[in-house]
Amino acid sequence: MTLVSGWGRFPVVDSELLRPRSFEAVGEAVAGCAGAVARGNGRAYGDAAIGASRTVAMTGFDRVRSFDPATGRIRLEAGVLLSDLIDTFGPRGFLPFVVPGTRFVSIGGAIAADVHGKNHHCEGGFGRYVESVLLRTGQGEVIEASREQNSDAFFATIGGMGLTGVILEATIRLRPVETGWIRERVISASDLDAAMRALDAGDSATYSVAWIDCAAGGSNLGRALIYLGEHASADELADGADRFPVGKDPGLAVPVDLPSMTLNRYSIRAFNELYYRMGARRAGRSHLVSLYPYFFPLDSISAWNRIYGRRGFLQHQCVIPEQGARDVLGEILDRVSKRGDASFLAVLKKLGQGDGILSFPLPGYTLALDFPLKGDILNFLDEIDRLVVAAGGRLYLAKDARQSRATFETGYPALKRFSAIRRSLDPAGNIRSKLSQRLFDEV
Amino acid sequence: MTSRKTVLVLGGSSDIGRATARAFAKAGYDVQFAGRDVAVLEPDAADLRARYNVECSIFKFDVLDTASFDGLVGGLPALPDVVISIVGLLGAQENAQSDLAHATTIMRSNYEGPSLILGLFAEKFLARGNGTLVGVSSVAGDRGRASNYVYGSAKAGFSAFLSGLRARASSSGVHVVTVKPGFVRTKMTEGMKLIGPLTVEAPVVGDAILQAVERKTDVVYVSGKWRLVMLIIKTLPEAIFKKLKF
Ligand SMILES: Cc1cc2nc3c(=O)[nH]c(=O)nc-3n(C[C@H](O)[C@H](O)[C@H](O)COP(=O)(O)OP(=O)(O)OC[C@H]3O[C@@H](n4cnc5c(N)ncnc54)[C@H](O)[C@@H]3O)c2cc1C
Repeated sequence: MTLVSGWGRFPVVDSELLRPRSFEAVGEAVAGCAGAVARGNGRAYGDAAIGASRTVAMTGFDRVRSFDPATGRIRLEAGVLLSDLIDTFGPRGFLPFVVPGTRFVSIGGAIAADVHGKNHHCEGGFGRYVESVLLRTGQGEVIEASREQNSDAFFATIGGMGLTGVILEATIRLRPVETGWIRERVISASDLDAAMRALDAGDSATYSVAWIDCAAGGSNLGRALIYLGEHASADELADGADRFPVGKDPGLAVPVDLPSMTLNRYSIRAFNELYYRMGARRAGRSHLVSLYPYFFPLDSISAWNRIYGRRGFLQHQCVIPEQGARDVLGEILDRVSKRGDASFLAVLKKLGQGDGILSFPLPGYTLALDFPLKGDILNFLDEIDRLVVAAGGRLYLAKDARQSRATFETGYPALKRFSAIRRSLDPAGNIRSKLSQRLFDEV
Repeated sequence: MTSRKTVLVLGGSSDIGRATARAFAKAGYDVQFAGRDVAVLEPDAADLRARYNVECSIFKFDVLDTASFDGLVGGLPALPDVVISIVGLLGAQENAQSDLAHATTIMRSNYEGPSLILGLFAEKFLARGNGTLVGVSSVAGDRGRASNYVYGSAKAGFSAFLSGLRARASSSGVHVVTVKPGFVRTKMTEGMKLIGPLTVEAPVVGDAILQAVERKTDVVYVSGKWRLVMLIIKTLPEAIFKKLKF
């Protein structure tokens, strides 16, 4: 057995880790086993990518099957990383339509979590650009599923957290781009109302996201920097500039677990003050930035999860429906700023309708916060959950390690339909993760 | 327009073979893949075509079937610019100690076959006046160790063959590269205890081979740390070395 954990390093669980080399071996790894689940690149924070008894690592499957430069349609194995896709096809003028905040996720992981990017409010999630998947179900069949064919399995697999089976391959559409540069405009907002107004005004921008200073309270509560972005065209580049910038490997690494002392209310407050002021100085003007720092600001420091110390950390990402969001978000941020131990920066973003049956997004605002795992944090987050549920919101499964079954069931009303499809694909219950054991009615 | 260069990868279906082919295709080389099981190579060939828009063809090659070598060399549609032998077999030393057939297979897979095939290409390259030959040998060939001297001795033979060939070709336009990866995380080493800081991933080896070809390096230790480790191991007096059972 091997100790396995997600990016947040909590929980750490014993699970047999297998690295199959062929699709047949994937089948064997899943068959006749009391609970296996696929694992991509392990960037889910909690327990989604840990098998109840066996974890099937998929990153060895990293081949591109075919690519059509006329349509941007690409067929690939599920273990290909988005970073690989960007580095390989970016210079050829194609990027994924949707990328999350780190590029080190696999295609399988991006589909299974139906990941959202800074463009969800207008362009939807990763799943929208998936045309079909080759799925190895718990029952042992290998099926091709699309909007037309096996459509129940298709919509349950998008956002289905690996619970419908193992995605072996997928056909997705890539976005044609002229350059690898983003025209960015920063807006500074002095409080939550201004931040939400700026995000609403950014509805027509392709990309938009707000970084909130969650240490600020009182009249500064919810002060934020809003980053809007558009793909830059070739004629916007300065003469001699590379049409496609090169993505550097993370140079700076956090070599050891920092003592949890490093993150305290003073260091966080000082950092955020500086960050806000530097951003506010740039506000208004627009300028070109490489896609790498624009989309993946955290990727420049590898193993940054060690900043939170050995015990790990929790991310809390909720989405609140538009109606009444202002009050709930204000209440959450107020409680967080009074605690003073939350993340350096919180992320606030607008989402649109999700595509999969169990997809996280719904039209509204999503707030993501990191908390070091200590003290009464679990109780605190339970209280926040009550606010979220009361407002008709839900939590993101790819970031979750601790929500209660009740919170989950109320937040995801389509769960019954999902479970029925799952049972039909896997009557014996071969596919099971630590997350599904925790949140679904199963042992 | 300059025509593209071509690389022939012998033993293409190994992890290092795949990674090396990718590194060269990315740099714009057309790829000739050769391996024992041509069906296994097809997905990797498709991968290179789709990713890098290069030509990629597949050839059958069995390192133990030396009688087929002339046919392979003569049958290629174009003489490649670079030939890389990644073929090798770790085998099981414990079996090889008494099972002569197994010992023979290890010796032939790591020394006889790779040397003979590169030797054939060397004649063609020397006649043409250019080309690069790359042999993936091993740090295990630098000194025989108690735990794997069957494999190590074959690699030692291969390393000696390469250095001799390099000396012979030195005043021609032909260059010979010896690659000594240390621990690489691959199928071959799965389940083995590898020392983390001395272990690299296959793509690192692929990039190192490409760089060595382009810079005309003679001998490459993929991770620089190995050069030092092997220097120490090579200079230990035999009286001490023989007591180390590693
Ligand atoms: C710094 C950082 C920033 C992030 N930002 C965002 C963001 O902006 N938006 C967002 O949506 N997410 C974000 N995430 C979360 C991340 O995108 C998702 O957790 C994603 O699923 C991780 O992909 P992975 O390949 O690492 O999958 P893993 O973490 O290994 O697995 C995640 C889930 O996918 C399933 N899975 C993986 N591969 C397969 C397969 N082949 N077949 C079936 N199921 C599979 C697993 O079972 C598991 O349920 C972020 C994560 C980090 C660390």
